[in-house]
Amino acid sequence: MAELEFRDAVRDALDEELARDEAVVFFGEDVARPGGVFAVTGGLQERHGSMRVFDTPISELAIAGAAFGAAISGLRPVIEIMFGDFLFLAMDSLANQAAKYWFVSREQASVPLVVRSAVGAGGRFGAIHSQMPVPWFQGIPGLKIVAPSTPRDAKALLKAAIRDENPVLFLEHKRLYALKGEPGDDGEVAQLGRANVVRTGSDLTIVSAMKGVHDVLAAAEQLATEGIDAEVVDLRTLRPLDRDTVLESVRRTNRLMVVEEGPRTGGWAGGVLADVTEDALEYLDDAWRLTTADAPIPYSPPLEDAFLPSAESIVASVHEHLNTRPVNSSA
Amino acid sequence: MSGTDRIVAEAAELVRTEGTALLERMLLIRRFEDAVQRLFQRGEVHGTTHLYSGQEAGAVGVCAALRPGDRAAGTYRGHGHALALGVDPQGLMDELLGRDTGVCGGRAGSMNVVDLEHGLVGCFGIVGGSIAAVTGVALAFQRRGIEHVAVAFFGEGTSNQAYFAECLNFAQVLRLPAVFVCENNRYMEFTPIEEVTAGDIVARAEALGVWTRTVDGMDVQAVHAGASEAVAHARAGEGPAFLQTLTYRFVGHSRSDPGAYRKPGELDEMRRRDPLAVERARLIEAGTADESELDELEGRVARRIDEVVERALAAPFPSADAGMREYKESGAA
Ligand SMILES: Cc1ncc(C[n+]2csc(CCOP(=O)(O)OP(=O)(O)O)c2C)c(N)n1
Repeated sequence: MAELEFRDAVRDALDEELARDEAVVFFGEDVARPGGVFAVTGGLQERHGSMRVFDTPISELAIAGAAFGAAISGLRPVIEIMFGDFLFLAMDSLANQAAKYWFVSREQASVPLVVRSAVGAGGRFGAIHSQMPVPWFQGIPGLKIVAPSTPRDAKALLKAAIRDENPVLFLEHKRLYALKGEPGDDGEVAQLGRANVVRTGSDLTIVSAMKGVHDVLAAAEQLATEGIDAEVVDLRTLRPLDRDTVLESVRRTNRLMVVEEGPRTGGWAGGVLADVTEDALEYLDDAWRLTTADAPIPYSPPLEDAFLPSAESIVASVHEHLNTRPVNSSA
Repeated sequence: MSGTDRIVAEAAELVRTEGTALLERMLLIRRFEDAVQRLFQRGEVHGTTHLYSGQEAGAVGVCAALRPGDRAAGTYRGHGHALALGVDPQGLMDELLGRDTGVCGGRAGSMNVVDLEHGLVGCFGIVGGSIAAVTGVALAFQRRGIEHVAVAFFGEGTSNQAYFAECLNFAQVLRLPAVFVCENNRYMEFTPIEEVTAGDIVARAEALGVWTRTVDGMDVQAVHAGASEAVAHARAGEGPAFLQTLTYRFVGHSRSDPGAYRKPGELDEMRRRDPLAVERARLIEAGTADESELDELEGRVARRIDEVVERALAAPFPSADAGMREYKESGAA
């Protein structure tokens, strides 16, 4: 079967959900006629019409506000906030209104809206077009955060997000858009809140999400050649977290490493560590995280490369914690 | 002579005595942007860039109306704003190449350049960010009793941002010494502005009682005259001014844009109104300079940019360890 590209997976999910449910609408800046700045959403307006797929002004407050109001009034809006960094402008409608409405209205209306946003560093976009917005939303009950790592998951999880009755933040890592991979079964819909064990191993569990999963898998291959057998967990949904899958794995491997692209302070990796230490302390020999520094993301290539977790830095960190040595190290 | 007439006459006098200075600034920006484009294609400039080619008269005309100590904020399309303010082309080019010698040591890149020494509050990567920052800069000038003005550059698409409505009202109510320069190049990214904008943009400012003016943004002297009035208004403590420059960009919105949305013939028509050509013809007609002098000027600017590129390519990259240590030890939060 032909491989599926991540950006096409996102588009296909939108396409299929727009076709399946009349209530689904999609809007954002330059998404319809130009097809999006990351070339993800081309052709959707032609197929579904400009009543359902349309371009907006540069008005993040209005886009998010309108999505909230529409979601409680019979539509299932999907919006694009072009870069995750621009979510700050859309914050009130998402965090204060959409996330709380089901609760404060005593369940009079759910808020089925999806916010798609391109996130993450490594593209030399600098401090204000590269951030990972997860921590800003992590502490807000009432919304979900979905963070796929593969084309197949991107499609199946976006379809699930659109069908979910809660507001969902759907994160697309910029450095995954060109990734190709196995497509899923036709019409596959994933379940939100479920992690996947994407590599089995017995020496330690490494948990990550999005681009990080690929770095961790590459690191695990390297570690395997050095006699260290890592299990890799792809979280796929960052809120709610699939604690059970992580705990089950750690109970077997007794070691937990969490790799997060994002600042150490306030990050989701700290939450995973806290959950596991609370619930499985007696199983743990070691638990730690590899994150980015508590600093804004630099532009200059050598600075940005050193800033981000990589397969090499993951391997080095594992050796440090296991008191082992890299095979080809002269140290 | 009315106050306005006097300001315009003074502006004309300044342009005359400055001779070819405005043309030279515009040339510097054009050649700089050409070089950035080439370097981008060679993989030396990273991420994305938004070029100012075609819009040079805007920043140059406005900044020529400023005094030392005034401040301005540009956008992600900010190389022109920076160079018009007098930012060193070498420091700017080094920054775009991510070098240690860049104005921000390679930390910022094209979309976030800051150079306070030259009055550049920043090149704001967030649409509307320049408007917000300048509102505060003007507030500080006013409350500290300093007779300076603060200028915000932004595109017409930015008039649909909440910042636009909130800050214009805020500035007008507080009578802040701010000049809002709306550079109307007809497109927000790939979408014609009229498709996403209701009514007239200048009318939005007028509705708030803000002083407004629209000028030909392809003519540096027209911009300079309009900007001189706007700046005088703000400096006199009469509140903010809103200046719309009608302009056009000759290149894509950003590096990956072929410009498929342009109306047929539009680019050619606007290229005939190239602000560099307009000003060159005027200088020759006025007898300020002759063809050969201006050719010589063009050659000089081109050589200067060649040198800038050469030095930038030879400049060192920052050290990751040292950069992070410096940041931490500087008292960073
Ligand atoms: C808050 C925010 N939303 C969206 C963007 C993405 N973006 C960058 S430039 C741009 C278009 C701006 O158009 P305009 O204001 O007309 O300025 P121009 O680029 O034409 O100079 C958009 C939407 C952004 N940088 N910031």
